[in-house]
Amino acid sequence: MADVNRGNRPLSPHLQVYRLPLTAKMSILHRITGAGLTLGALLVAWQFIAAAIGPGYSDFVDGLLASILGQLILIGSLWALCYHALNGIRHLWWDIGRGFDLEFTEKANYVVLGGSVVLTLIFILAIW
Amino acid sequence: MVQLTLPKNSQMRTGKTWPKPEGATNLRTFRIYRWSPDDGENPRVDTYFVDMDNCGPMVLDALIKIKNEIDPTLTFRRSCREGICGSCAMNIDGGNHLACIFGMDEVKGDVNIYPLPHMPVVKDLVPDLTHFYAQHASIQPWLETKSNTPAKEWRQSIEDREKLDGLYECVMCACCSTACPSYWWNGDRYLGPAALLHAYRWIIDSRDEATGERLDDLHDPFKLYRCHTIMNCTKTCPKGLNPAKAIAQIKKLMVERVV
Repeated sequence: MADVNRGNRPLSPHLQVYRLPLTAKMSILHRITGAGLTLGALLVAWQFIAAAIGPGYSDFVDGLLASILGQLILIGSLWALCYHALNGIRHLWWDIGRGFDLEFTEKANYVVLGGSVVLTLIFILAIW
Repeated sequence: MVQLTLPKNSQMRTGKTWPKPEGATNLRTFRIYRWSPDDGENPRVDTYFVDMDNCGPMVLDALIKIKNEIDPTLTFRRSCREGICGSCAMNIDGGNHLACIFGMDEVKGDVNIYPLPHMPVVKDLVPDLTHFYAQHASIQPWLETKSNTPAKEWRQSIEDREKLDGLYECVMCACCSTACPSYWWNGDRYLGPAALLHAYRWIIDSRDEATGERLDDLHDPFKLYRCHTIMNCTKTCPKGLNPAKAIAQIKKLMVERVV
């Protein structure tokens, strides 16, 4: 808004003072998980490339992914995928002009958050 | 552009603590943003103590009491004191509210008051709304017609009139637009929830004959489509309106006219 700032007017505080509602936090989380999943996709691609290169390199990459840190990243990516997908469905609902009253939005917040955790656990149990 | 931190000249310092009123037993602490164009200093946050036994229930009552009895230099806009003029919009306890209809009982602990977020400050709690008003004017908030003016009034059915409910009540207080992170980062080009709600109010008016032109004007990556349904606008609206829903309806109309 600098273009309308005459003189040396300060910019009023924003993120510093605004208490973001859960819906707003989940909105930025949607974007973060979206960007994070791009990295997750690269990780998967890396594993495929490693498999194509040969057994030696493949074992090395598999070893990394099987480490505790690797497992945490994979589980994190899995959760990010579940969250992004569920919240994406909510965005589609919004796109057809529905689900805008605050009571529904609050409920949907918890459904998406809870659902993403449950879905992640189901996937982990299924893959284990 | 996204700048998460405040520019150097906007960073806040701890300000003055004003004396407690004598003999008062029921004190409430107010921390209020202060900035004066006259002294070249950075903004500061002053602390005031207000005697709650002798004060009205709304945040505006306390502000007026501070101005009358403690510090006459405290500057803020107010007029109707009943939520219809939209003047006293400010950031109270982390949310945007009209101070006149926001009760102090809704705040836990100290009452923190700042100007509407991410706006140029004229003085203290008074933001510069020039650009905000210009954006409202840019959506042409009036009836556009092409057919001949009728002998009497432009008629509208009861059902068509009902479509304007939840839209015409907007008092342009700017709580919603200044609560919107998209408006914070792209407010120069993104119209923001208030202007878009008004745009929708004229788009769905059955008497308006410029619907196509209005949609053409909004068909822009910034004007309309910086809305990412963050919902802060609807959450904060002091009049209980739903700008996010109005914006979604515009987006829907954009799709419907091409499919």
